[in-house]
Formats: sequence, C-alpha cells, structure tokens
Amino acid sequence: MIRPTQPHRGQFFRYFLLILIVVLVLLPLSSLVFSAIRGPSAPNTSPFSLPASISLERFREAWFVGRFNLFFKNSILVAVIVVAVSVLLSTLSGYATGLLPMPGRRLLYGLMLIGFMVPFEAAIIPLYHLMDRLSLLDSYWALILPQIGLSVSFGTMWMGSFFESAPRELIDAAVMDGANRWQALWKVLFPMARPATTTLIVLLFMWTWNEFLLALVMVQNEAMRTLPVGLAFFQGRYSANVPLLAAAALIVALPTVLVYILFQRFFIRGMLGGAIKG
Amino acid sequence: MQDSRHYPGESRFTGWLYLLPAFLIYLVFVLIPVGQTIINSFYAWNGFGAQKELIGFENYTKLFQEGSAFLEAFSHNLIFIFFYTVIPVIFGLMLASLLGRTKLKGLTAFRTLLFLPQVISMIVVGVVWRWVLHPNFGLVNSFLRLVGLGAWARPWLGDFTWALPAVGSIASWVQYGFCMVLFLAGMQRIPEEYYEASSLDGASPWQQLWKITFPSLRPEIAVALTTTVIAALRVFDLVFVTTRGSPGTSTMVVGQLIYNTAFIQKQLGLASAMATVLLVVILLLSRLIRRYQEAGNEVAR
Repeated sequence: MIRPTQPHRGQFFRYFLLILIVVLVLLPLSSLVFSAIRGPSAPNTSPFSLPASISLERFREAWFVGRFNLFFKNSILVAVIVVAVSVLLSTLSGYATGLLPMPGRRLLYGLMLIGFMVPFEAAIIPLYHLMDRLSLLDSYWALILPQIGLSVSFGTMWMGSFFESAPRELIDAAVMDGANRWQALWKVLFPMARPATTTLIVLLFMWTWNEFLLALVMVQNEAMRTLPVGLAFFQGRYSANVPLLAAAALIVALPTVLVYILFQRFFIRGMLGGAIKG
Repeated sequence: MQDSRHYPGESRFTGWLYLLPAFLIYLVFVLIPVGQTIINSFYAWNGFGAQKELIGFENYTKLFQEGSAFLEAFSHNLIFIFFYTVIPVIFGLMLASLLGRTKLKGLTAFRTLLFLPQVISMIVVGVVWRWVLHPNFGLVNSFLRLVGLGAWARPWLGDFTWALPAVGSIASWVQYGFCMVLFLAGMQRIPEEYYEASSLDGASPWQQLWKITFPSLRPEIAVALTTTVIAALRVFDLVFVTTRGSPGTSTMVVGQLIYNTAFIQKQLGLASAMATVLLVVILLLSRLIRRYQEAGNEVAR
C-alpha cells in the first residue's frame, strides 16, 4: 500500500470533500436534535437554528400526551418477537440448506429469493383478507407473522451461506464423538456462528423497526400502532408544532441509531454482504 | 460435496425437517399471498366482503390504457430511478475514486456517518426533509435567498413541476452513502500493483479509472443497481409521508397508487393487477442486472 506522497493540495481537497459530504448528511438531521431540545421559543423559529435554551419537556409531552409510550411498547414487542423467532428458525433452516441432505435445494433457493425482492405491496391485500378472516386485525399477530415470513427468507440464505462455509472437519469430529445432527448444531456450529447471527439480529431489528406498510394497513386502533405509523399520523396532526414533532421523530430514530452505532461493523458488513448475495 | 452432507443411516430428508418451520411461515405469509395477488388480478373484486367475478385480462387492459393513472405513476417510478440509482451511483463512484486509494485520517468515522441515513425510518427522514424543503424556514429556500436567488424559492413539495424531483432528491440523500460505502469497500480488493504497473506503462489516472477501477467494481456496481432500482420501484413510505402523491397526482407512484386503490377505493382486483405488474418488473429487472454481473465474471476469466 505504498503510495507516492500526495501533493499537499490534493490532500487538502480530499478533506474538504469529506467535510462537505459530512455536512450534507448531518445538516438535515441536526434539525431533529436542535428542535427537540429547544426551550420556549417563537412559533416561527427555524428548526435548523441552535436552541437558545434547552428543555426536555417535548419528550415528555410526546411520550405521554402523544402516546409514544404506547407506540414504543408496541414496536419493542413486535421487533423482539420477530427477531427472536426469525433468528431461531433461520438458524435451523440455514443449517438445513447449508449442510444437511436435502433434495430440491435449488428450487427452494429460487422460492426464497422471491421473498427477498417482493414488495409487501404484492402480498398485502391477501394478507389483510387473511387476518380479517382470522380476526387478527388490530393484533400483534398481524404484524409479527408476515414480518417473520419475510425475515426468514433473508435469514435462511444468510445463515445457509455461513454454514456452507463452516469447516466440515469440526462437524465430522463432533459426529465421531457421537453427537447427532441436533447436538452438532447447538454445541459446535451455533457458538461458532456468533458473528453471523449478530449481523442477522441487527439487520432484522432495523427492518422490523422501520417497517411501515404492514403496520399501517393491519392496525386501525391507535393504541396498537408502531412508532413509524404513530409518527406518520402525529405529523398530520401536529405539523405546526416543530419541537414536539422533532422530539417524537427522535424517539422513533434513536433505537436504530443506537443499535447501529454499537454494532456498526456487523451492520455495514451485513448490508453489503446481504446485498451482494441478493 | 453431497457426500459429506450425508451420514450413514440418515434420512435423505433430514434437511427438510429443519427447514420446515421457517418454510411454512414463509409459505403461508409471503408465497401464498403473492400467488393470491396474481390470481386476484384476473377478478373484479370491489371490497373485502364482496363477491369476486372472473374478468380475465380486463384489469390489465385498464392499467395499460393510454393516460391511465397507473402508467402515470409508473413513469414517476422510472423518473425515481434517476434519483435512487443514477445520481447515487455516479456520485458514489466519483467520490470513491477520489477517496478510495488514499489513506485519510477519519475515513472510518466518515463511513459510519455516511451510512446513517440508511438506518433511520423513512418516516423520520420525511419529517426532516419537509423542514429542509419548507417554503418559509426551509434550508433550500433560505440558502437561495442568502445567495440572492430568492426568486427561485418556492414551496417545493407543493409545486406541480418541482415536487417529484424534490421527493427524488430525498431518496438520493438516503442512497448515496450506501453506494459510496459499497464502492469504497470494493476498492480495498483491487491490488495496488495494478495501479503501479499501469503507471509504469504511462497510463493516466483517468485511464486507470476506466480500465482498472470501474471494471473491478463491477460486482459492487451490480449490487448498487439491484438494490437501488428495486427501492425506486417499490417506494411507498417516503411518498406517503411527504406528499401522498400530491399536488394533484404529480408525485403519485405505484406503491401509493396500490395503497389508495386497494384500501381507499376498495378496487381490490385492479390493485392486485398493479401489484402483479410491479412484481414482474422487479423480478425481470433483477434478473437482467444479475446477467450483467455474470457477463462481467466471464470477461474477468
């Protein structure tokens, strides 16, 4: 990686470019933070101006009056169940497609790939009809089950390609020691798969947390809304109240941003790797 | 390879046993509904409680009538490809080729920031960008007034001509970081010797870009194309939260039109036909891009 020394000007230009791009990303987002913590201010204050005084009152208002406490609870509940169940099922199915005897594997891959690309629009009408007939509209099930269905199509391929590349000697050794398939998975392979499962967890969490169409269609009862849907309706009602809206939007954005910052290596690798496989 | 998959005395179908739970849920909540959508597209079905009536291709002829709402919405999706794909890919390639082969301090932190718009809910992105594009206090109009171009200031999202490019620009803002990080990662793979050798042969940086960098990034470019084109075609949240297709139908896209047709007008057969066309277009396009990628692999060999 030895490079001839860059001319000073070129380096300067590159840093200038970096900073410009960073500003371009951060400037729009800065309004969220500035407005959400802004103390009492004139109604026409620009969302992009620095706050003159700081108050956390808006969060409290969004949380209790805007009912974001309920939306938050719904989002957490749906995301945790979807992620936990999907990761478990994807580990089993990825093990199957990656390592186990299975006639019809290619056909299955083709079928799973569809789930990777279909827009929810292509399934939403029959799904609504199905949930209606099962009396599951306005329930967590209507949000959880279809989201698991979509998640395991990605998860199966993700875990499958990991298990496929796992060293076979390890499994053979485990089997020699008398482990059956089930024990080989949980005692040998699953502990080894931690980077892959971590990536899967953070990606599925983000997708489930930000899912919109399904949550919009399946839920009419306000108390059952998830955060993104809650925010979309909140915006309609409070579009004039910039600070309150900003606080609400931050409540929606913060969990995924936090998970992203904590797990960013897994995250970026997963988004790039996942995309490459798709 | 098939041999080491198989242990003596084990059923050939062991794999299916492990696969079954995931596949069943996928089948019931994704595959079968998609199949039903295709079937429903051949019916007149007006309301979830209503009777279906088989009408063959009538829904499709309606969709493809000249000047239909569907064709208009679809043309908007095609315009969105410019904002979702063309701008981010070109921008990403340019920046990656400028930054990719240098050692700059803070490049990792920079990558983290670039990716940030990708992880935030599109509804939040929409809320923020409605402020950026706001007629009074918006960043864009304030900037225009600042540099003496106040006459150009307008309510971007309420303007018949400018609303579509305005919503599209939001998508570019979300996507370009993804493309750039993708290309930067790809450039790590290119051996530095290639550049050194070609420098010795007298290749200009411009030639190196076209002969080394871009061809080597072919897999990454294919991925960027697939993901962003699909995103442009299936867009819903962003339009829903910024304009819902307004003013008039100037930002109406297929996703929003399907939602309106199905859940407001309750023309379920017609909406199913729209969804079917969308599905087919997405599957065809991703095959096409895959072929471009595979063709690249052949050349490389």
